[in-house]
Amino acid sequence: MKYFHLIWAALMRHKTRTALTLVSIMAAFLLFGLLNGVRVSFNDAGKSVAGAKRLQTSSRLSIMQTLPQALDQKIARVPGVARVAWANWFGGAYRDAHNQVFTFAVGPGYLDLYPEEKADSKALATFAKTRMGLLVGEKLAVKYHWKVGQKIHLMSTIYPRNNGNKNWPFVIVGIMHPAKGKTGSGMLEMSALMHWKYFDESNPYNNGEVGWYVSEVANPHDAMRVAKAIDALSANSDHETRTQTEQAVVAEKIKQVADIGLIVGAIMGAVFFTLLLLTGNTMAQAVRERTGELAVLKVLGFSNRGVLGIVLGESVLLVVVGGVIGLGLVALISSAAGAASGGSFNLPPVTAGSWGLGLALMLAIGLVVGALPAIRAMRLNMVDALAGR
Amino acid sequence: MHTLKKMLATLGELLVVAIGVAAWVLLSWWQALVLAALVVVWMALARGGRRTASVTRVGLSTLPQRLGSSSVVVIGIAGVVAVLVALLSMANGYQHTLQSTGSNDTAIVMRGGSASETMSVLSRAAILTVEEAPGIARDAQGKPLASPELVVAARLPVGGAGSDAMAGASLRGIGPEAWKVRPNVHMVAGRHFKTGMRELIAGVGAARKFGLHVGQSVKLGSQTWQVVGIFKAGNALDSELWADAATVASTYRRASTRNAVIVRLTRPEAFARFKAMLASQPSLAVSVQTTRAYYSQQAKGVTKMLRVVGITVGSIMAIGALFGALNCMFATVASRAREIATLRAIGFRGVPVVVAVMLETLLLALLGGVLGGLIAWLVFNGYTASTIAGGASGLGQLSFQLRVSGELFWNGLKWALAIGFVGGLFPAVRAARLPVTTALRQS
Repeated sequence: MKYFHLIWAALMRHKTRTALTLVSIMAAFLLFGLLNGVRVSFNDAGKSVAGAKRLQTSSRLSIMQTLPQALDQKIARVPGVARVAWANWFGGAYRDAHNQVFTFAVGPGYLDLYPEEKADSKALATFAKTRMGLLVGEKLAVKYHWKVGQKIHLMSTIYPRNNGNKNWPFVIVGIMHPAKGKTGSGMLEMSALMHWKYFDESNPYNNGEVGWYVSEVANPHDAMRVAKAIDALSANSDHETRTQTEQAVVAEKIKQVADIGLIVGAIMGAVFFTLLLLTGNTMAQAVRERTGELAVLKVLGFSNRGVLGIVLGESVLLVVVGGVIGLGLVALISSAAGAASGGSFNLPPVTAGSWGLGLALMLAIGLVVGALPAIRAMRLNMVDALAGR
Repeated sequence: MHTLKKMLATLGELLVVAIGVAAWVLLSWWQALVLAALVVVWMALARGGRRTASVTRVGLSTLPQRLGSSSVVVIGIAGVVAVLVALLSMANGYQHTLQSTGSNDTAIVMRGGSASETMSVLSRAAILTVEEAPGIARDAQGKPLASPELVVAARLPVGGAGSDAMAGASLRGIGPEAWKVRPNVHMVAGRHFKTGMRELIAGVGAARKFGLHVGQSVKLGSQTWQVVGIFKAGNALDSELWADAATVASTYRRASTRNAVIVRLTRPEAFARFKAMLASQPSLAVSVQTTRAYYSQQAKGVTKMLRVVGITVGSIMAIGALFGALNCMFATVASRAREIATLRAIGFRGVPVVVAVMLETLLLALLGGVLGGLIAWLVFNGYTASTIAGGASGLGQLSFQLRVSGELFWNGLKWALAIGFVGGLFPAVRAARLPVTTALRQS
């Protein structure tokens, strides 16, 4: 550390070059921060504690196939199931078919299964007695400037009402917030909940069927056994079910979208390979220019290892400063984008894990990049270097 | 006064950069060729041009001595172009696969307002009305070429025995008309399914994805179905499973309803009349689209998202590579300071020096662009990827091949040359402004 001013002076010797290199490194780590954020948020989706306790039961034939409502009582009686509720996919859209609003027609007690998401008791009471009532997630309400008490129409892309009209009238009765001290449910924040009874009785297609069941197990370690027991209820019937933890459901969905890890990995590989070359070239240049100075240091009594350390320190410092600025920018951008769009557009934040991985990468790249020039500086022959040979 | 002048000069440079890049983005490949030809002609004929050519030649002849730093420019830009082209080829392939599924002489009829086939329901009565509409082609027996079809998002096991994993696949229930509506679909293995049997045939994409082959049995819910054939359509249908409509309807409890009717029109111009006729019956309440329009619509969301991702990632990488190129070119100019000062001292003006440095950078950038495009083409062209099709509604796997088209390649080159242009301009101006006396004295 006592040689810090020497390292600093070396970096400041050629300000343009240092600045340009810093921006390159910054861009690389900006990309790293964004992509790693995406990767992590995909990996962690559904991994909440509540997610491990919740089971989803849907038809084994197709996730769009409905199940008989009578299954509700049977699932509730399975040992280990604490409570159960059901929901249907409504396929809602607001004003235009392209403004999709995730709308679920839910049976009684559905929201109780999501303790991370709350609506105040007054809203719940109003919801319970309002047939056309709609509970909307906070982010959704912000996006469309919805207020409690407002009357809106949602269009269903699947279910016309009994009179053939696709527009369903609703009254917004409450807003769902994340529970105190919880991050909330990303899905419910952007969703609307309507009464299943209203849904079922107002369209000619559903006929008392249920889209899927959500149940809570008393003990998460019991989840596998309970899931098997639920599926056994309808084995060999024409409506066989498939029950998974919420975690498994999310993981399976993501797998079907794309192999995010592979794509992110490939891009990061290309980015860091390029970065390594760029910075490596700069460092080699910087050391070549300073051959004479380094020789003077050695003449003054700096050990070989001291010179090695100074050059390595220079490259590590350069990469770390650029990288920290880059990752810091990601953190700024992601919070600014969330705030500016009122929460409707979210970039994944930079997690502690991302910072850790990023810093480790910065150190590694700094060391790799500095290694060759540093070794050259260490092996420098004082006499030759001073004579300019 | 001096600082003001300097500021104005910097502003001027930035303006040139902005105009240059903006014009460049709008350029098509033949306009670029004309531009290149004009530069060559200028260098061959005009006096200033010939001087520029000789300065450029001197610069290029010293290039091998600066191999290390020049290759950094090349590789940096190659990296940007490779990643950009690879990501955009994904968008391209996805769009192409879906779009080529549709055509202008077939139409799809769904219940009004349905975003996709899986969300639509048509009653038996509605289907009969649609089949009688004018404009539909008829076969030798005079039967309309209209195929009422069921589409369900079936759940199929993936990952072989012992694994509980499942993925969605579109299972299409069809009748004999389906083959007449889509004459480009043909069997590559096995035979057609038999009516009334639990037999299905798989598209080549679905067969690869789910590991299906002729003679294999597949569990759909509690039922066991036999795979009896493999078909190939060369488009999005390859990712589907086909079976007898009535059998699928009984498994998925659909009674006599179907999701959509696909019809073959007598000719593309017949579409307007066909659509108007169905629209004139309000009790029917159906939406009518050509299949080309329908599948283009289905491709839109994902294609746009892939493009945005590609361009965002490409832009950030381009910034990194740009500053890398600037760094290298500044170093180049600095190491050639004496040489350039000598040229200036013997009477060469600023313009040839600026153009020479820029040409050198552009050449390196071009090299990088071609290299990056080639890498993307070699590695990713034809690479098969799969994703969920049709957004939240389709819920089936869609296999598609990445496509590195000529247009994409040209786009990559444009990005490379833009980076080269900006990365060369500032060092070039610095070279031209170098005070001759100090530069000559430099060691």
